[in-house]
Amino acid sequence: MSTLEIKDLHVSIETEQGTKEILKGVSLTIKTGETHAIMGPNGSGKSTLASTIAGHPRYTVTSGSITLDGEDVLEMSVDERARAGVFLAMQYPVEVPGVTMTNFLRTAKTAIDGEAPALRTWTKDVKAAMQELRIDADFAQRNVNEGFSGGEKKRVEILQLELFKPKFAVLDETDSGLDVDALKVVSEGVNRAHATGNMGTLLITHYTRILRYIKPDFVHVFVDGKVVEEGGPELADRLEEEGYDRYLSGAGAAVAPAVQA
Amino acid sequence: MTETTTEKARIGAPSAQPYINGFTEEGENLSPINADGTVAAPSSGPLAGDSAKGHSHGGGVGVPDSSRAGRLTSYKLEDFKALTGLEEDWRFTPLRRLRGLHTEALSGAAPSVSVSAPEGVTVETVGRDDNRIGTAGIPEDRVSANAWANFKEATVITVPAETSLDSEVSVVLAGNGSEASAQHVVIVAEKFSKGLVVLGHEGSAVVSENVEIVLEDGAELTVVSLQEWNDDSVHASSQQAKIGRDAKFKHITVSLGGNLVRVTPTARFAAPGGEVELFGLYFADAGQHLEHRTYVDHAQPNCVSNVLYKGALQGKDAHTVWVGDVLIQKQAEGTDSYEKNQNLVLTDGCRADSVPNLEIETGLIEGAGHASATGRFDDEHLFYLMARGIPEDVARRLVVRGFLNEIIQKIKVPALEERLTEAVERELAAGDN
Ligand SMILES: Nc1ncnc2c1ncn2[C@@H]1O[C@H](COP(=O)(O)OP(=O)(O)OP(=O)(O)O)[C@@H](O)[C@H]1O
Ligand SMILES: [Mg+2]
Repeated sequence: MSTLEIKDLHVSIETEQGTKEILKGVSLTIKTGETHAIMGPNGSGKSTLASTIAGHPRYTVTSGSITLDGEDVLEMSVDERARAGVFLAMQYPVEVPGVTMTNFLRTAKTAIDGEAPALRTWTKDVKAAMQELRIDADFAQRNVNEGFSGGEKKRVEILQLELFKPKFAVLDETDSGLDVDALKVVSEGVNRAHATGNMGTLLITHYTRILRYIKPDFVHVFVDGKVVEEGGPELADRLEEEGYDRYLSGAGAAVAPAVQA
Repeated sequence: MTETTTEKARIGAPSAQPYINGFTEEGENLSPINADGTVAAPSSGPLAGDSAKGHSHGGGVGVPDSSRAGRLTSYKLEDFKALTGLEEDWRFTPLRRLRGLHTEALSGAAPSVSVSAPEGVTVETVGRDDNRIGTAGIPEDRVSANAWANFKEATVITVPAETSLDSEVSVVLAGNGSEASAQHVVIVAEKFSKGLVVLGHEGSAVVSENVEIVLEDGAELTVVSLQEWNDDSVHASSQQAKIGRDAKFKHITVSLGGNLVRVTPTARFAAPGGEVELFGLYFADAGQHLEHRTYVDHAQPNCVSNVLYKGALQGKDAHTVWVGDVLIQKQAEGTDSYEKNQNLVLTDGCRADSVPNLEIETGLIEGAGHASATGRFDDEHLFYLMARGIPEDVARRLVVRGFLNEIIQKIKVPALEERLTEAVERELAAGDN
């Protein structure tokens, strides 16, 4: 059982107009076996939270903490975080020139496990996982994400999730850009990884539709760099009906008090 | 890769790309030299009227135009004007770092040549008057002509007719001096022979080199030119191949070491049915200038050419240049040609110049395409790989290794492939600190 704990996190970025605070005090605790959905409108800071957890250099943590089983994650380099068991499925996976998927997957697996995977079982595992995610076998020989469609990139992110077996998965809008069939395939992948019982999930999404396939235990509504409301799965249903307007409407509107999940 | 342009020009589909010189809607013959019917006096050299038909100009009679075929070629140094650096073919080269290759008499001791060859191959050291000298090339620039004027002896390697070599011919050219010098090598692949020749350049030298390569009819020859010089070396190498009927030529340039390396491989089809592949790999570190200019002269019908050069750059003032000229002459119907250059920029402060030049004087071709792409290995790539647990240094290596491997794999000699893979690893390791 592991715990990923985010406490009063404040994050800013440098822009041409100067320093801009994006996360304004985020607290979240995720335990192994739990699925937390973070839902929020565009620009509310969801990706910022995800990238900050992974250690993207663009984001500066000005105060607060992130710990993994008590270890200071913010002290770790990007690769150390991954090796400690944090996985980020990116909203916009980057194309890496010159590196084939095969080579990349093996190198990453070796780095994460601290030893090279047994070649025969590894090849078999990769093949099987690709098949389940309906990724064509010839992708293995292509360069990482190069020329992949939006949907293909997302499947490949989940392929990595399944192969690397992280302690915590942060899925940043994995559902965006997927058609219904792909959404199902990808969700099944996440559910398989979750079913091992060794993973906690932070599922970031703008829409509720992925929550039909991946059942969250907790839902956090994210607006303007803060969690403004928290609840169980029923909160997602309400968002489906009402949208985010309630949280965004004029200055006078009461923001629902954050309830402790 | 971040910027990619790919072009496959075909009959009836002329390109609007501005850098395909001389390509009209009819897709033919725009080279001024042909347009006005000028045919200069043939050179007195052995190539006159042959592979350099009508387009070589002895006695300093260059036709100033943008066509590659119009470039001055001559055995005489005095036919070439002093370089200013403004010339089209020298505009990227830092002349002051040539250490006199363009200005001085090349009287220094040339790198020593040692050859190990399988049985059947003849290796000779000959004087300037040997009749095989001048069979494949006429100097196309001043530095090459300077070497031609100054070399004292030449190494001639012959793969006899109908012989298939079971191992490579290894030629080590070991530099041991810093005085400007001249070198000359001739490689002859006789009719229907099959062979591989590796020219390994190493040590310290300031040298201008002419390599003439003759492929007789039906010959299959691979020439690998390795530039693994010490950091202080300056090397200009004109490597000109003449391709006989149905001959297959593969040329691989690997430039890793040296302060300034400028290799200009040229392939000229002397008869129909030939195939040429020009491959190159380079890795420029801080301060290095590595320049490659390829030229495929489709002067004959039904020939195929493919050019692929890939380079990596890292460190302050690492500079690479690739200029790829392909000329498809009016008579070269049925030509199929493609050329591509890709560069991977690993750090700030590097510069990669990449210029494909395609001149097409006939529309009756199978295809002619080019592509050039310079991509950055940037922070987002690094972040992606590191977010998968891969440490930074491993991530960088992964990218470069994968990128350059495509060329290494073309060599098809396991021992050599391994050696080059290791050499690339060393380059990477050197850049880590
Ligand atoms: N590099 C940047 N330069 C300027 N502003 C930025 C930058 N990155 C993020 N922002 C701003 O920070 C805010 C939060 O962005 P973020 O990407 O975290 O939002 P998000 O909730 O993930 O949105 P989406 O639903 O569109 O993915 C936005 O207002 C965005 O414009
Ligand atoms: Mg986002």
